[in-house]
Amino acid sequence: MATLTEERQATGDPGIGRRVSAALFRHPRGKLALMLAPPLGWLVLVYLVALALLLLTSFWRLNVLTSQIEHVWSLSNYQTLVQGSVYRTIVLRTVGIAAAVTLTDLTLAFPISYYAARLATPRVRALLLLAVVMPLWSNYLVRMFSWKILTAGGGPLESLLNVIGIHKSLAASNWAVWLTFCYLWLPFAILPVYAAMERVPTSLLEASSDLGGRGWMTFRRVVLPLILPGMVAASIFTFSLTLGDYITPVYVGKDFFIGNAIYNLVGLASNLPLAAAFAVIPMIIMAVYLTIARKLGAFEAL
Amino acid sequence: MESRFVLVAIKIGTATALLFLYAPLVVLGIYAFNKSITFGWPPELWTLKWFSVAWHDPDLPPALLGSIEAAIGATTTALILGSLAAFAVHRFRFVGRDTLSFALVLPIALPGIVTAIALSSAIDFGHSAFGLTYSVWTIIIGHTTFCIVVVFNNVVARLRRTPTSLVEASMDLGGDGWQTFRFVTLPSIRTALVAGGLLAFGLSFDEIVVTNFTAGPKLTLPIWIFNNLRLPRQQPVVNAVALLLMLVSIVPVYLAQRLTQGGTESVAASVAAGGAGETPAPGL
Repeated sequence: MATLTEERQATGDPGIGRRVSAALFRHPRGKLALMLAPPLGWLVLVYLVALALLLLTSFWRLNVLTSQIEHVWSLSNYQTLVQGSVYRTIVLRTVGIAAAVTLTDLTLAFPISYYAARLATPRVRALLLLAVVMPLWSNYLVRMFSWKILTAGGGPLESLLNVIGIHKSLAASNWAVWLTFCYLWLPFAILPVYAAMERVPTSLLEASSDLGGRGWMTFRRVVLPLILPGMVAASIFTFSLTLGDYITPVYVGKDFFIGNAIYNLVGLASNLPLAAAFAVIPMIIMAVYLTIARKLGAFEAL
Repeated sequence: MESRFVLVAIKIGTATALLFLYAPLVVLGIYAFNKSITFGWPPELWTLKWFSVAWHDPDLPPALLGSIEAAIGATTTALILGSLAAFAVHRFRFVGRDTLSFALVLPIALPGIVTAIALSSAIDFGHSAFGLTYSVWTIIIGHTTFCIVVVFNNVVARLRRTPTSLVEASMDLGGDGWQTFRFVTLPSIRTALVAGGLLAFGLSFDEIVVTNFTAGPKLTLPIWIFNNLRLPRQQPVVNAVALLLMLVSIVPVYLAQRLTQGGTESVAASVAAGGAGETPAPGL
């Protein structure tokens, strides 16, 4: 108390700061409003308004002759999407690759997460986590491009495959797209799985083995259910990032995916309304995905 | 507990993941010294000409500067907005609390191209409505939007682990709101802020999917790389710049690790626990 009194005497201030903080203490709702207004305002003004605008645009129409956007309500863009088999193929291809990438990354993430969380010494664990995070600090485009080099015709990977007797070119193929996506999103898959694994109590594993559960049994009945939330979290990243990427398919693949199809609709075709309508599809896919994840109750455990 | 077989399998799996993560970077590093502009194996080593080409590229310094500007702007804004949201969610129970956490995650949970064209049509709208133009500020606006959640996650995770009794004790001892924040709350969340800020900086510095649509004529490093990758003759220059960047980025990550050594946990662990593990947790 002595310091406070001194402070007041020194500044000659009856304690405006103190009065403000007391007022805020008495009116927690006011305090909450002050805290909430900036982030909430930002999200609504910048992001939700932008999404709403996009949704609105998807109901407008591009006049092909004048290249002007006509502000007339219509479902013509959605009609184009539903009727064009091209778009259906693109969506199925993208979702298929996204699922394959998700499964591969989860499989790759499991052993290293297990090792880091349960077997490694604290020092090795810190090093492993650093090793997982480190690639995220080199540029995404550069990491993507390293796979263009790896999968190039006559490049390193093809030479390696030749050595083991597989004569197949990976250049500009969906195999290359799959490998590149797996590579790019692996750290995003490892981190949540690791975080979940770290929280699995050792006592449960011991209990399982005491009760006669062998390795596989313990894994399936104890470990897997406990790390499921982490795996779902990881899959949201791998799935969503794959759906939204428009650069990788152009460089390492040749087919259209949702991302670069939308990119071309905006850029080359300048058909923003159709692009907006097409963008609603990955939005719906992710909405369904997130709802299922939520329904599973997977996130409450985290 | 683990049988010998499982143990070996886990070690092989760990090694595979590490190999998968690092082999492409090593290959990329080697090709930075390749004389040819094609990617045949083996590369024709060694040459330093790509480093010299990069050094003389007039667009590179403004691009680097642009990235730093954008990252500083976005990180600062995200630190403020993310911490405010974290305190609000941690300290109060209010209607729509879960919705807020969910809305915070949306910018990174929705596919990048969606966020990108949504923001670009919003900027176009802002242009016709009140003369908003593409600049470093539009980049910062875009980056901040998805950086908020990174800070939010780190801070909220830390607040959950910090006992509220410390805050109460400070109040009981006569500390006002500001003093309590300055001497009790802030020290306890400092490393979470460093981790969140670092992650936000990295995210912003690296971003291209959204930036492509919000930058206009403004250059950032990823945009410079994007432009150069389109030209086959320029691609090896990108390899050289990438190699340099990778070496430079070891320094901040290492420093961050050292900086937080005095705290209870490392940045990497904090990033793992807060940055990714809890991302969808609060809202979903």
